[in-house]
Amino acid sequence: MTALDARPAIRGGVHVSQKHDSAHKHVSGTAEYIDDMPEPAGALHAYLGLSTVAHGTIVSLDLDAVKAAPGVVGVLTARDIPASNDISQPGKHDEPVFADGIVEFHGQQIFAVIATSREAARRAAALAKVEYGPLPAMLDIGAAREAGGTVVTDPMKLERGDVAAGLAGARHRISGSMDMGGQEHFYLEGQIAMAIPGEDDEVTVHSSTQHPSEVQHMVGHVLGVPSNAVNIVVRRMGGGFGGKETQGNLFAVVAAVAAKRYGRAVKLRPDRDDDMVMTGKRHDFRVDYEVGFDDEGRIEAVDAVFAARCGFSADLSGPVTDRALFHADNAYYYPNVRLVSQPLKTNTVSNTAFRGFGGPQGMVGCERWIEDIAYALGKDPLDIRKANFYGETDRNVTPYHQTVEDNIIARLVNELEESSEYRQRREEIIAFNREPGVLKRGIALTPVKFGISFTLTAFNQAGALVHVYRDGSVHLNHGGTEMGQGLYVKVAQVLADSFQIDLDKVRITATTTGKVPNTSATAASSGSDLNGMAAADAAEQIKDRLVRFAMEKFDVPEDAVSFEPNCVLVGNQRHQWADFIDMAYLGRVQLSAAGFYKTPGIHWDRAAGKGKPFFYFAYGAACSQVLVDTLTGEYMVERTDILHDVGKSLNPAIDIGQIEGGFVQGMGWLTTEELWWDDKGRLRTHAPSTYKIPLASDAPKVFNVRLADWSVSKVPTIRRSKAVGEPPFMLAMSVLEALSMAVASVADYRIAPRMDAPATPERVLMTMERLKRAAAAV
Amino acid sequence: MEPRNAIRFYLNDNLVELSDVEPDRTLLDFLRIDRSLTGTKEGCAEGDCGACSVIVARKMDENLDIRTANACIIMPAMLDGTYVVTVEHLKGKDGGLHPVQQAMVDYHGSQCGFCTPGFVMSLYALWLAQPSPSVPAVEKALQGNLCRCTGYAPIIRAAQAVTDYGDVIDDALNTERAEILAKLAALGDGRRVVVRGARGETIIPADVDDLAAVLDERPEATVIAGATDVGLWVTKFMREIAPVVTIGHLMRDITVADGRIEIGAGVSYSRAFATMAEHIPPMGELIDRIGGEQVRNMGTIGGNIANGSPIGDTPPPLIALGASITLRKGSARRVVQLEDYFIDYGKQDRAKGEFVEAISVPVPGKNDIFAIHKVTKRRDEDITATLGAFCISLDGGTVTDARIAYGGMAATPKRARAVEAALIGQPWTMETVEAAMERFEEDYAPLSDWRASAQYRMLAAKNLLMRVYRESGGERARIVRHEEARGSAMPEGLQ
Repeated sequence: MTALDARPAIRGGVHVSQKHDSAHKHVSGTAEYIDDMPEPAGALHAYLGLSTVAHGTIVSLDLDAVKAAPGVVGVLTARDIPASNDISQPGKHDEPVFADGIVEFHGQQIFAVIATSREAARRAAALAKVEYGPLPAMLDIGAAREAGGTVVTDPMKLERGDVAAGLAGARHRISGSMDMGGQEHFYLEGQIAMAIPGEDDEVTVHSSTQHPSEVQHMVGHVLGVPSNAVNIVVRRMGGGFGGKETQGNLFAVVAAVAAKRYGRAVKLRPDRDDDMVMTGKRHDFRVDYEVGFDDEGRIEAVDAVFAARCGFSADLSGPVTDRALFHADNAYYYPNVRLVSQPLKTNTVSNTAFRGFGGPQGMVGCERWIEDIAYALGKDPLDIRKANFYGETDRNVTPYHQTVEDNIIARLVNELEESSEYRQRREEIIAFNREPGVLKRGIALTPVKFGISFTLTAFNQAGALVHVYRDGSVHLNHGGTEMGQGLYVKVAQVLADSFQIDLDKVRITATTTGKVPNTSATAASSGSDLNGMAAADAAEQIKDRLVRFAMEKFDVPEDAVSFEPNCVLVGNQRHQWADFIDMAYLGRVQLSAAGFYKTPGIHWDRAAGKGKPFFYFAYGAACSQVLVDTLTGEYMVERTDILHDVGKSLNPAIDIGQIEGGFVQGMGWLTTEELWWDDKGRLRTHAPSTYKIPLASDAPKVFNVRLADWSVSKVPTIRRSKAVGEPPFMLAMSVLEALSMAVASVADYRIAPRMDAPATPERVLMTMERLKRAAAAV
Repeated sequence: MEPRNAIRFYLNDNLVELSDVEPDRTLLDFLRIDRSLTGTKEGCAEGDCGACSVIVARKMDENLDIRTANACIIMPAMLDGTYVVTVEHLKGKDGGLHPVQQAMVDYHGSQCGFCTPGFVMSLYALWLAQPSPSVPAVEKALQGNLCRCTGYAPIIRAAQAVTDYGDVIDDALNTERAEILAKLAALGDGRRVVVRGARGETIIPADVDDLAAVLDERPEATVIAGATDVGLWVTKFMREIAPVVTIGHLMRDITVADGRIEIGAGVSYSRAFATMAEHIPPMGELIDRIGGEQVRNMGTIGGNIANGSPIGDTPPPLIALGASITLRKGSARRVVQLEDYFIDYGKQDRAKGEFVEAISVPVPGKNDIFAIHKVTKRRDEDITATLGAFCISLDGGTVTDARIAYGGMAATPKRARAVEAALIGQPWTMETVEAAMERFEEDYAPLSDWRASAQYRMLAAKNLLMRVYRESGGERARIVRHEEARGSAMPEGLQ
C-alpha cells in the first residue's frame, strides 16, 4: 500500500500493558461498591440471625424481642418465603434460604430482621431466643467417615490402565496420607446485596456476585416470578476469588424477598465475622494414596482417594472434587492410575469455589507422592518431577483420557531452573544446612499444568452486547463480572483492537442480566477467554455490516475496505472513525450486535471418566527458597522466581498482577491461613485478628516474576492468549515444598517430611520434632 | 469552667461540631453514613485490615503530629481537637490525583480496589514522613493494611516511586501547616467536654486532674485511650460502654531520667517507639510487631496494661525489667510493681475509679542480657501465641539474677520462677540452659486454642530460652527479614 498507511497504532489495543480501567477511581475512593451507593429514600436494612449449634432441631423460635426492638419493621423466616425456600444447586434440594425445623451447621441463617438501620437490625437479631434439640454433629473428614461417609453428591472415578498390576509390578511402593486445610476467601468487600422493588413482580438487585445469572434464577425461584422480572446488576466486586460464585445468592435472595414484602429498598451486609462464619470456603482434603515407581523415580501406578469436607450441602462440591482429580496428575504421566473422590457431608458451612476449585488440592496431593519418591530414592525432587513430565508425543494421555497436545512444561521448567540457579543454590543450601546453627534453608522448584474450561461443558459459552453510537463511541457489555482481575479492561482492549479505535473510545458498563442473558459464572479462569471472544464476535458482526455498507456506498470490492487505526479506509479514501460511523447511521446500518461464543471441541462423560474436558492447558513453574528457625518453626520466604505461561498476553501488566497476587494468596493457604473449628463446630478463626492472610512483609523478599513470552496458545483462543486467574495460585506449592526440605534437613533428608498443610510455624516445628525422633530411633 | 457540650474537630478542613452523638458511634459510620464520605471502606470493623484508614493529625507543641488510624474503631470523642483527613481530601498540585494516588495507578497497585483507599492513606502518611522509604519501611507502614489481590509487590513498587510524582513540601499538610496549627490551637479551650446521645454520655476530661475527678464521679465509666480493644467491644459485641471517658489526649509524655523511662499512660506505641528503641532496643523491635501502624498510633502501653489481657505484649517485658506503675484515684496515688498488678484472669489490682497514670521502666544494665521474643502464626500484626521476655544478669560467666516472664502461657503475664531458679547461681552454659528448659512445666500449663496448641506453646517457650542463650554467644538464632532496621515510619512531628 502507500505511505498513506503509516498511521500511529491505536492506544490500548491488545498485547500491551494497560492500567485497570477503574484504577484512578480505586485510588481516589470514587469507585462505587454496593455499600457506597446512595440508598433510595426509605431504604431498609436486613440482618441475619444465625444458628448457635452445629446440628439440631429447632424446638422453638421466639422472635418477640426481635420484633419489639427499636427500628424493627419485621422479621422473615422460612414461612415468609413466597415460593420456594430453596437456594440449592440444580436438583439438590439441600440448601434452604432459612433453616426450617433443623439446623445443619453453626452459623446457618434461621431468620432475617428488617429495620430502619443496619445497626438496629443487627442489634435486634441478637435478641432471638432459639431452643435446639441437639443432634450428633460430624465436624470433619474423620468423623464423617466414621459415621458412614455420607456424600453430598456422587463421587467421581478416573481410571486408566491396570492399577493393581502397575503397583504389583513396581520395584518400589509407598502409601501415605496427607491432610490439607481449607481457606477463607477474605475478599476485602464482604458479601452484600441491595434490592429495589419494581412494578408488578419486578425487582432489581445490586449484588456482589460472580454469577449474576444464577442470582437472577435464585431470586426468581424463591419469589416465584419468572427470570424476566428480575434484573441483577454488578458493576464491580471488592474481590471474589470464588467466594461470590454461589455464596452471594443468599444475601441477594433475602434482600429481594424483603424488598418485595415491604415495598422498599433493602440492603443486607453481614459483619465480617458473620460473613466468615456463614459463607463457604475452600474445601479441606485428606488424600490417601499408594504409588508404585522404579529406581529412577518414574511412576508406574497411582491409586488415590481424595476426600473433602464439603459441609452440609452440595453447593459446588461435585465439580470441586472432580477438579481435584483432574489435577492429581499435575504435569506428570501415570501409566496406570485410579483416582476417586469422596465428597463428604459434614455439619460445617458448605464449602464452595475458591481460585483453583479443587485443582490446588489435587496438585498438592500429587506433589506429596513426588516428594515421597524423592526421599525414598535419595534424589532431588526436581529430578523426580522431570522424570515424570508428560511427553510431547508419547506418555501424554491424562487419567481422564485427554491427550495433552500443547505441552511446554519441560522447556518452561528448564528455563526457570537455569534463570533461578536452582541447582547451584540447592548445593549451597545443603552445605549451609550442614553447618551448626538453628537456622536451616530449603529450596524447591515445582511445576503447574492447569486445565482450562468449565468441566460442565454447557458453561463454556458467553455473550456480549456492543453498541456503536453515532459519535463513534462504543458501549461494551458482556456477561463477565469484574472483581479486580482486570477482565473489563482486557475485553475492552479486544474490542478496541477489533474496531481499531483507541481504548478510551470504549466505555465499559456494569454487568447486568438485562443486557446479556444466561451467562456463566465468572470463574474457572474463563473470563477473558469467553467474554473476549463474544465481544470480538459482536465487533465482527458490526464490522461486516460496515464493510457491506462501504462496498455499496462507494462501489468498491470487499478487500478495498479496511479498519485502520481510528479510521476506515475505503479504496484510497480515509474516513475518520466517527465520521464513517455517522455515515453508516444515515445509511441505516444496524450499529449494535449481540456477540456469542462457545468453546469448540470439548466434551466430558463424567460417568465414564473419559473425554476432552479442557480446551487447553496453562503452564507455569516457581522456585522458592525459605529460611526456617528450628527452635520455633518460624520462617520466611527469601526468594521466589516464577516463569508463567499466559500464551500471548492480552495485557502483561494485568497478567503479572494476577501471577503475583495468585502466588501470594496460594502461599497464604499453604502457610499461615488456618481455619480452626472447636469441638462444638464453631469456627474460631472468624476475623482477620485470628485468621492470618499474608501481609506485605510475608511476600517473598526477592520476587522475580516473568511471563514465558515465547508461548503462544496452540488453540485459537482470544488473540492467542491464555487464562491466568487460577493457574498461578498453585505456584505456591514451591513454598510448601521448600519448607519441607528445610524440615527434612533436621534428619539429614533421610526421612520424607510429610508435613500437612497449612505449614504454620507450629506445624513446621512439630514436624521437625517428629523427624528428629524418627531419626534418633533408626 | 462550664463544660463544653460539643466535640470539635476538623474533617477535610471543615470544622465539625457534634453535640448529639452516641458514645459508641464509630468514626467510620460517621463518615460513611452521616457524611456520605464513602471512599473510606469497612473491611473488618476490628482494626485489622486497614481499609478504613484515615489521617488523624494532632497539634503537639508547635508540631503537627500526623498519624494513620482505623476509622472503624475510633469514637468521635477521641478526635476532639484533631484534624482528620480522608481519601476524598487528597489532591495533586494541579487538582488531579495526589502523587501517592498516581503512583498507585501507574504501578498497578490496585486490583479490586476495595483496600486501595486505605493503602493510599497509609502510603500518604509514610511519604510525608519518609519521601524515599526503604522496603523495610514500606513493609512496616503497611503492616496494618491487608490486600487480597496483588500480593503487595506493585504496592511496594508504588510506595518507593511516589517521590517521582511530587514533593512533600507541596502537599497541603505542609503548605497549610501554619493555618492548620492555628485552627487547632483555636479549638483548645481547656474545658471538659460532655456530650450525650441516646445511649449515654461521653466525657473528655480537660486534664489529668479533671480525669481523676471524672472517674471519681463516674467510677463505672469505660476509659478509652486508643480504643484498639474497646472498639471491638462495640463493633463485634455491641456492648454498652457508656459512660465513656477518653484519655488519649492526656498523659502523653515520655521521659528518660536516672536510668528509668517514665511513660505516661496516654503514650501510644508509636510515640513510645523512638525512646524505647534507643534505650531498650528489644522493646523497639517488639513495638514494631504490635498490631499495624494504625493500631500502634492509637493504642497505648497504659491500655495494654490496664485491660489485663493474658496475651498483651508489653507486660511480660515490663515485668522482666521490673517496671512499676502509678495508679491514681482522685488525688491519691500508689505505686505497684507491675508483676503484682496482674492477679488472675480478668482481675487486676485496680479499684473502681482508679486509673493507670504512668509506667516507670528501669533501663537494663550494660552487662545484662535483655531479650524479648514473640512467636506468632504470622510474623507481623498477629496476636501472641507465646512471648518470652528475659532479663539475665551475668557476673564472670555466672548468672547472678534472672527475671523471665511470659505471655500466652497462663491466665496472666507471669514470671517463670522455677526456670529463673535453675539459672541463678549457675554458669551461663548450654548445660545450664538445657537444665533450666526442663523446669518450664513447673511454671506454666498453657492452653490449646486457635493460635497454638499447648504442646507447641510449651516447646516454643523452652526453645526461646535456648535462642537467648545462643544469641548471647553471637549466633544468629532467629529469622531477620531485613538486616536494615525498619525504622520508625512516623518520626516525631514534621519539620
